[in-house]
Amino acid sequence: MNWKRLEVLLPFVGVIVLLAVWSFTVWMRIVDPVLLPSPIATFKAMWAGMFHGKLGVDFLKTVERTIYSTIIAAVIAIPLGILLGSSEKLYRSVEFLIDFFRSTPASAMFPLFLVLFGVGDRTKISVAAFGAALVILFNVAYGVMNARKTRILAAKVMGASRVRVLWDVMLLESMPATFVGLRNGVSLALVIVVVAEMFIGSVDGLGQRVFEAQQMFEMPDMYAAIFAAGALGYGLNLLFLSIERRFVHWAGK
Amino acid sequence: MTAQPAAKIELSEKARAAATRTAPHVTIRGLSKRFSDATIYDNFDFDIPRGKLMSVFGPNGCGKSTLINMIAGLFPMDAGEILFDGQPLHKIKFGYVFQNYREAVFPWLSAFDNIAYPLKVMGVPKKDRVVRVEKIVANLNVKIDLKLYPYQMSGGQQQLVSIMRALVVDPEILFLDEPFSALDYEMTLFMREQLQRVFVETHTTTVLVSHDLEEAVYLSDRILLLSRHPARAVEFVHYDAPRPRTDRTMTESDFISTKAHCLEIFQREVRKG
Repeated sequence: MNWKRLEVLLPFVGVIVLLAVWSFTVWMRIVDPVLLPSPIATFKAMWAGMFHGKLGVDFLKTVERTIYSTIIAAVIAIPLGILLGSSEKLYRSVEFLIDFFRSTPASAMFPLFLVLFGVGDRTKISVAAFGAALVILFNVAYGVMNARKTRILAAKVMGASRVRVLWDVMLLESMPATFVGLRNGVSLALVIVVVAEMFIGSVDGLGQRVFEAQQMFEMPDMYAAIFAAGALGYGLNLLFLSIERRFVHWAGK
Repeated sequence: MTAQPAAKIELSEKARAAATRTAPHVTIRGLSKRFSDATIYDNFDFDIPRGKLMSVFGPNGCGKSTLINMIAGLFPMDAGEILFDGQPLHKIKFGYVFQNYREAVFPWLSAFDNIAYPLKVMGVPKKDRVVRVEKIVANLNVKIDLKLYPYQMSGGQQQLVSIMRALVVDPEILFLDEPFSALDYEMTLFMREQLQRVFVETHTTTVLVSHDLEEAVYLSDRILLLSRHPARAVEFVHYDAPRPRTDRTMTESDFISTKAHCLEIFQREVRKG
């Protein structure tokens, strides 16, 4: 019984081991202390940066860009995905294009988008939205195409029109896949936004923060910014998971 | 509560009407269906009697399910005509129960909303929908928490929801495609009684596809025995034991001889291969 209760602590074991190995490495001076600050120095830098310094501002800026690009991607990709998915012939005819651009690293598109949108937020957001949209589109379309035939037949047998079947059955059937797409999409958007912040004449954002700290050789700040980016990615995933559990309560059951 | 006796009278009138009209309910003429590798039906004629519970039984792959799927408009037929009191399918109200209840109910709707869904499709106002769902639940004496979602219910309960969904529109004809074959035995026995109860109360023309001969005979007034494809009606067996039938019914000589007779024909058809 007591052991069972301790099982909830299992996820912390890995964290504690990592911190222990990290502290031990610093203490034994296995790595140059300039390159690897102690965990305490790192978390102090993170705390100070988040609540009193520029890191907090950069964090919010990255959140803003990631959310904007995900929203734009979703608004374009979800209706388009439903449309493409509702006709398998239509999807097959554009499948190659979707797969091709889905496989193209979005970072390779930066120069193109720079030419189109100039240096600034619009480029970062549109490249990220481009990448995320393809991931969402692909998932939504497959969700609609894989809608259970029996359920569609059941609705038809009850006299539902084509539009009603699309609205009442296919749309809801595709919801679990749509949320998988949204979760993958937001992760990808974050990756692209952070990379964009590093390389395109940026003045803010987590990517810029990491890059700048590294240039200035402020290692605790750099690690702090990396952890902040990690926490952001994890948090966004968690957020979308909890929305998913609420709205798509039937998924996987 | 005051509506209860009125509902009872309405049912018995309907039942009496069903019993007195003798013209066939559904007429199937010249039905043909080919799949790529086989002719399932070739110029098939059949009349489905009114107000009877009819089972369709036959060798594997002979087209039992295909038949009711074509009658209910789920599959297109290659040729032929199916009329319900002389009218085409889209003019009538019917109910259809799928074998695979897990894939036929809507997991995003509560049991209540699942049952009410066909009424919503028909454009029945919300208030009336609630009344009609409550009526069917009371008639069937169902004790399920209808706020639950299908995935929170047992298989039998889910299939009961899909049967109520088929019945809530007051169908003129009810189709069931092996409705109990995905349930465990205990649940199957319970569901047979539920179906019999519905039939006794409403005398709705019912067509049941079954792969269990005992079940087919026990529940039916008529058993349609099909041959291997292209399917012919080998025999249309009558079984008129009074209802409600019980476990005792299955020990009576009439039941045993009817079942034996059906089995003999079935095995003869299987052997023809």
